[in-house]
This record gives sequence, structure tokens and C-alpha cells, in this order.
Amino acid sequence: MAQPAERQAVREPVLSVNNIEVVYDEVILVLRGVSLEVAQGEIVTLLGANGAGKTTLLKAVSGLLKTEDGEITRGSVGFLGETISNRPPEEIVRKGIFQVMEGRRVVEDMTVLENLRLGAFTRKDKQVRADIDMVFDYFPRLRERAQGLAGYLSGGEQQMLAIGRALMARPKMLLLDEPSMGRSPLLVKEVFGIIETINREQGLTMLLVEQNANWALRLASYGYIMENGKIVLDGTKEELINNEDVKASYLGGSEERRSFKNLKSYKRRKRWL
Amino acid sequence: MSLTADSMRCGEFRTTYKADTTIFPTPRSRNFAIAGLIVLLFAPHVLDTYYTNLLIQIGYYGIAALGLNILVGFSGQISLGHSAFFGFGAFASAWISNNFGVPVILAIPLAGLMTTAVGMIVGIPAARIKGLYLAIATLAAQFILEDFFNRADWFSGGSAGSVAQPLNLFGFVFATDKSYFYVVLFFMVVMYLAGSNLLRSRDGRAFVAVRDHYLSAEIMGINLTKYRILAFGVSSFYAGIGGALFGHYLGFVSAEGFTILLSIQFLAMIIIGGLGSVMGTLLGTVFIVLLPEVMEALMTTLGSQLPGLERGVSYLKEMAIGLAIVLFLIFEPDGLAHRWKQIKAYWKLYPFSY
Repeated sequence: MAQPAERQAVREPVLSVNNIEVVYDEVILVLRGVSLEVAQGEIVTLLGANGAGKTTLLKAVSGLLKTEDGEITRGSVGFLGETISNRPPEEIVRKGIFQVMEGRRVVEDMTVLENLRLGAFTRKDKQVRADIDMVFDYFPRLRERAQGLAGYLSGGEQQMLAIGRALMARPKMLLLDEPSMGRSPLLVKEVFGIIETINREQGLTMLLVEQNANWALRLASYGYIMENGKIVLDGTKEELINNEDVKASYLGGSEERRSFKNLKSYKRRKRWL
Repeated sequence: MSLTADSMRCGEFRTTYKADTTIFPTPRSRNFAIAGLIVLLFAPHVLDTYYTNLLIQIGYYGIAALGLNILVGFSGQISLGHSAFFGFGAFASAWISNNFGVPVILAIPLAGLMTTAVGMIVGIPAARIKGLYLAIATLAAQFILEDFFNRADWFSGGSAGSVAQPLNLFGFVFATDKSYFYVVLFFMVVMYLAGSNLLRSRDGRAFVAVRDHYLSAEIMGINLTKYRILAFGVSSFYAGIGGALFGHYLGFVSAEGFTILLSIQFLAMIIIGGLGSVMGTLLGTVFIVLLPEVMEALMTTLGSQLPGLERGVSYLKEMAIGLAIVLFLIFEPDGLAHRWKQIKAYWKLYPFSY
């Protein structure tokens, strides 16, 4: 596994978030100088407690901030060499970034098939049907329910549908927001297994936001840890898994939870300098 | 005795993508629609003028109501100004055909397009506001347009109103109820097919997505502003066509007919019929148009036994409409379309209900 310095040198990042600051409603400072990079074909995970700013970071990338009165006030987001900060979401989707939002965000009144077709909204080519079959191959459960209303699917199936719908847009990069939220361990295993397969077979780049650090670190090759709107720690999968504090805070098995705030030993290097 | 495959059917099983995206979900529903159409073709020859008149009313109100249902039921917005668009279509068609020598058959779609433009202008605030605020904004549009009809002498003839010529096609004048029925039927079929078609297309899915989850719609690349305004445009087009048919039917258009009361009636049609259902729109329109007639017949029959009731007939009619809406909201919030579905399901599954 590549070391951080090496990693930067070897691979050109697909997505690079450079020292961004996000403010909601012009008063609430949520992200303070956050930087991260995701390279081609890689799964990078972003871990952190509730309210750390993970979802805000995803929204900053996908452009959804605007609908919630948020704004990137400093720094920039680059995707494939272009600056995409503060662009409208539909433009960012067309560039190839697709966000799978947390929770059940499928259109309940539509059938599974219609939901999938909706995912292909930005496309006008003839491959849509072939792609529907591809999604059904990844998620055989959805094929059985193809004509059923999406609202009648179970929570896990809705999550699968949300991911399948994202694939329909043929994105270059997927932003996954807590696919494990509120799912049973077995379903989490199934969903994460499929995510891994998709990454392996299609080489699809993914940024995975998770609470479930165990699973996230199993898939990802690199990870960032956020607290209070800042990235406090980053490293390769092995580095993070073997880190005592990560073990204590996220993986369990250690005595008590310690906050990264109290740890003076971590001096994150400032990447933007 | 052997059971055929058909009698064993207990659901709709679609095996191809093509079957899943047809306008009519089953061959039976398509055959019923065609049969209904054939029956309607003979209707004016069998029925007298009074009933033909009712059918024509159902026709033009039904077209306008479908427009409102696309806006309210499918794209999740609200409009309290639908009757103003309906009126605008009526005046615009009369204006175009009177002043520019355009034949009426072309003036009707042109009026629809003019109304679309007006509707999209009204829809611009819709991109920014939702719910109650949007209701008030469309209420403003209703009053502005009503005032415009009363004052713009060049366009609507002001408070005097304007004359709408009868439809004339290759020398044949559609002046009688019997002949005009076919004009309305033609537009009705075209508009309803176009409506059903729109809703199974990419844009139709975008409308539903904007209604149900505007955030995830946006994340899928749907431009919210564009689709909200587009919904207003489509809805106004339907209102304009309905209004134009109304104008050329009556032969005279005046501003008094297009008040907020009619807007509320349009809303009643789609709520009673079923929000987000094409079939429901038609059922709701039939219900709202026939309800006063049925009430009237009922009151006259009762009135002969109970003296003094005749005087209250008009009040009772209005009250009955109000009561019907309230009862529907309580007992059948999904509208007549839902009831219709249940009846269909009952026959399909009979005698085993689950």
C-alpha cells in the first residue's frame, strides 16, 4: 500500500478538495479548512462522529449546499482538473459526480424500473436498457421487484435501489452517504459486498462517508477522519486500522472513547501550504 | 372443466420493458378505452341536446382539469389561478380568430401556446416559493388576469366581452351541439393521450421526482427551476385549449365566468378524481359537472312533495358540492381513481381477495 507522499506523486487525483470553508446561512461555520483527495478507481472513506461535517463536505462537492443556503466561502473543489465549487448540482451531475444521499431517498410513488430510468435522466443514449440489466445483475433482489412500487421495498432494498439508480447515470465518481445507516448487519454486509464488486469491476471511484468504520476500512484503501469540521487524521487503511486512537474511537475494543481534540501528538500537516 | 390461462390470471405480469411503458397497462384497458370511444361517437345521435351539452362541458373542463392535475398532482405545486388561464385561452382564441383572420381550428392551439407563455411567466415565482406562498402568488395571478380581462378592450372587449366565431372547417360550420361534440371529443382524446404519454416519459418522471424528493431530483441532474416552470407551462397549455373550446362553443366570452370560484372547482375536480391520475381527472370532472344536475333533479322531485324546497335549490346545490369535497377528503383522499382501482382489483381477484 502506498504511503501518503508517494500516493500523491504517483496518482493524479480525480477529486481534490482544497482547504474549503463552508458557511451555512452566512453565519454558521461548518467546515474549516478541509482538504482531501480521491484518486482514480479508489475507494476513499471519510469517518467521523455525528455533526462532524461529513455530509456537508459531500454536499459541498455535489453542489447541494446551495439548496440549503450553504456556500463554499474559501478554498476550491476540483474534479478532473476543473474547478466545480459553487456550481449548480445538475451541472455537477453532468460532469460525472453522483451523490447517493443518506436514508431512503427513492421516489416511493414510482416503480423500481421508473426509479432506475429516472437515474438515467441526464443521458440520452440507447444503452439505458442494457444498464438496467446491469443494475439488476448487481442487485438480483431488485429484478424480482421491478414492477413494484419503490415505496413497498424494504429499507435495505431501497438503499440498493438508490445505489442502482446512481449507476444508471454512468457517473465517473460516486459519493456514498452512509449506506449502512439503519440496516441490519447482514444487509450491510450484502450492500458493502456489492459496492466492492462494483468498484472492482467498473473501476468506479468512490468517496464513502460512514459511521461504521469497521466496514468502511475494509473496503477503502485510504481514509480521512473528521471532527468538528476539520480533518484530524488521515492515512492508509493499515495505518488507520493499527492506530490506537482510531481503534479506541471507531473500531471498539479499547477502554474508553478519547477525543482527537485531546491528542496533542497529531499535528496534521497543512497540505495547502 | 378446465380453466383457461386467462381465467387463472390474478395480476398483471409484464415480461418486457416495452410492456411496462405502454400507455394502457393491459390489453383489456385499451379495449375498454376504444369501446368507450366508439360509444361516445354515437352519443350525440342517441342523446338529446341537454345531455350532449353536459358531455361537451365535461370535455372542455376535463382538458383544463388534466392540466391542473399535471401541475398539482404530478409536479406537486399548487395553483389557485387556473380559471384565469382557462379564461385567457378563451379570450386569446377569440382575439386571434377575430383580428388576424386565422381559422378557428388553428386559433385554438395558438391560444393554447399564448396561455402557455402567460402561465410560464406566472410560474417564474414558483421556482422560488412553495406551498402556501405559491398559492398566494397564483391567487395574485388570478386577480391580475381577471382585471386585465375587464380593462383590456383591445384584447377581450373589456367588460362588454368578445364574440367568438363558431368553428368552421372546409365550409362546414360546427354550430350545433351535435357537431361541436365531435370537435371537443377530438381535442379531448388528443390531449388525454398526450397527457398520459407525457407522464410516462423522461419529463413526466422528472415531474414526479421534483414533487416527491426535490433534493434527490436535483442530485440526479434535474433542473428544478426549469421543471417547475415547465409544469406551469404545460398546465396553462391545457387550460388554454380548454378555454378556447369553451369560448367557441358559447360563441361569446365575458370576464365574469372566470372567477376564483371556477379555479376552486377545478381543484375540486382533481381532488375528488384523484391527484396524480389521468383517469381520475376525467372521473372528477364528470362528478363535478353532473353533481349540480343530479342535485337539481333530486330537489325538483323532492320539491313536489315538500313545498318550499324549490326556493332553496340553488343554495342546496352549492352546499352539496362543498359537502362532497369534504366527504371525499375524509373517506377517499386518493379520489375516485383509487376507488376505481379497488373495484378493478376486486373483479380481478374474485373470489379470492388476497
